[in-house]
Amino acid sequence: MTFLELTEGPLWYAASAIFVVGVLWRLAGIVRLGGPRDLSVPRASATAGAIKGIFLHMVPHGGFFSRTKFHFFAGYLFHLGLFVLVLFAAPHVLFIEERLLGFGWPALPRWGFILVAEATFAGLILLWLRRLTDPVMRQLSDGDDLAGTVLTFVALLTGCLALQESHDSLRALHMLSVEVLMVYFPFSRLMHAFTFAFSRAYTGASYGRRGVVP
Amino acid sequence: MTAETPAATAIDRFVTQIGAQVAAYLDACVHCGQCAEACHFYEVSGDPRHTPAYKLVPLARAYRRHKAPFARLKRTLGLAPAELEEADLREWQDLIYDTCTMCGRCTMVCPMGIDIASLVGLQRRGFAAAGIGPEDLFEVAENSRIKGSPLGATPKVLAERIEWLSDEHEVEIPLDKAQADVLLTVSSIETMKYPQSIVAMARLLNHAGENWTLSSKGYEATNFGVLSGKSDVAKLMLTKIVEAAESVGAKLVVIPECGHAYGALRWTGATMMGRPLPFQVMHITEYLAKLKREGRLKLKPMAKSVTYHDPCQISRRGGATEEARFLLSDFAQDFREMAPTGNANWCCGGGGGVAAIASATELRRKVFEIKMQQVADTGAESMVSACANCRQTLDDGKAHYEWDREIDSLVEIIADHLVEA
Repeated sequence: MTFLELTEGPLWYAASAIFVVGVLWRLAGIVRLGGPRDLSVPRASATAGAIKGIFLHMVPHGGFFSRTKFHFFAGYLFHLGLFVLVLFAAPHVLFIEERLLGFGWPALPRWGFILVAEATFAGLILLWLRRLTDPVMRQLSDGDDLAGTVLTFVALLTGCLALQESHDSLRALHMLSVEVLMVYFPFSRLMHAFTFAFSRAYTGASYGRRGVVP
Repeated sequence: MTAETPAATAIDRFVTQIGAQVAAYLDACVHCGQCAEACHFYEVSGDPRHTPAYKLVPLARAYRRHKAPFARLKRTLGLAPAELEEADLREWQDLIYDTCTMCGRCTMVCPMGIDIASLVGLQRRGFAAAGIGPEDLFEVAENSRIKGSPLGATPKVLAERIEWLSDEHEVEIPLDKAQADVLLTVSSIETMKYPQSIVAMARLLNHAGENWTLSSKGYEATNFGVLSGKSDVAKLMLTKIVEAAESVGAKLVVIPECGHAYGALRWTGATMMGRPLPFQVMHITEYLAKLKREGRLKLKPMAKSVTYHDPCQISRRGGATEEARFLLSDFAQDFREMAPTGNANWCCGGGGGVAAIASATELRRKVFEIKMQQVADTGAESMVSACANCRQTLDDGKAHYEWDREIDSLVEIIADHLVEA
């Protein structure tokens, strides 16, 4: 078995299993903790508040934009870029079609990939620099923040190197880096990719009852 | 876990209180630090320690070590955070108490929508159980337990005050009626510092023709149990009001101008009591707005230029943001909104019990500089609010800086402009 076959075969299946089971386990582990039922008489709908909360916190509100525009631009640049790369990079679409779903969708052209990849890198690097230099972020950050950033950066970098499809080993390296990221994911703060919705919805529901979604 | 040390007690309280909502919050925080941009204490100090998310570190550590999914696995592998020690709690004391008013402004800016204020409240309950916190705040809470009121307004003191106010202002203030539709509660800050506020509420209730009363069984709305983290005191204070309301058959309990008292009874009271409350709860501004909507509140117009300071627990965390504005509309001829306003308004700096913590005074007064600037930008002569705790904080700032603007109570100015039939 070649290195590529190893990363596309057993390691891929193992990483996928850990990722899926780990994420579900962690989400179930949060939800199963439950909590007391809110017995106050609601002023408005908790459900509507939860939905509003999920969408409201996607955009700056309350007049804070001038203070948080760095996070807004760098954050969206990185997150949207990553989303597009994961789902629309041509090799990914092919991989999804052949290995996962049996069908695909139109992929990014090569120039589109390069543009989005550059934007994604720019966003990630800006956020990383901010974490390293801003006193507030330095005060908050820990090893998990660093590990998540480094693993994502490496996965992005190896992905770009593998685009050329010139060497099997580059493709294998990308597979391996993504697999490490997937294994690390459920145990780390990268879980915010899922928990964000729970957090926003809980606040939206609790305060939605009060007639306000902060 | 046996809770033998203060740290173990705190950890135990943290862990038992962590449900799905708290876990989701702690697992969603990405340490972006944007919450600092919303915090008045960080705004005036520039100290990264004052970042709201940083205030959650003790709770987050206990969660990751003891309750989070994979906590056992991480402990086994030596990857869980270190156990909290008493020194950690003492290091965080000023962050949990002195520099957080639980105003909730940070939630607005948080991309995850984390309700940091409620998590600080949860931590206070752990700290208080461990006996770690500001002694002056704890003493005020203990006063509530022993005397029935944080500032020593015992039932006897209340009765004397009521009699005096009733005579002095020639207003009927019923105390301990056997049956009433409305139970009015008071804040001890009003009883001891702003008694004219009680007179104003009495005049308004009488004007509306309500069958109302105060009750010596449950009159104190201010709940320093909630603010200090002493859960038993919190429940005791709530129970007194609930039982008083039930004993007179009240359909409505009116909360005076006190922010957290409103949140305590209106939004957490039933859950804390473990049963739905058999009466409606309204903040006085909500009640007056209702009277106005029903055409039961006739006011003379007020010419003075005014702006409104939103008490955090009434507006941003209470949902009654528009009630005060509805009351001021038409009536205040020159009303000017400050910026930011409404749900995004800056806190007075003294909420969440901070006004009772002596070691917090210097920073709290610096926070008042934000408010002075906000009011100066409107050019208004007077700042009105609807929270006695905000009012005493603002009055303290005014005296300290010898500020030239007036600070008023919304209820009092409304009572002063009543058109008596």
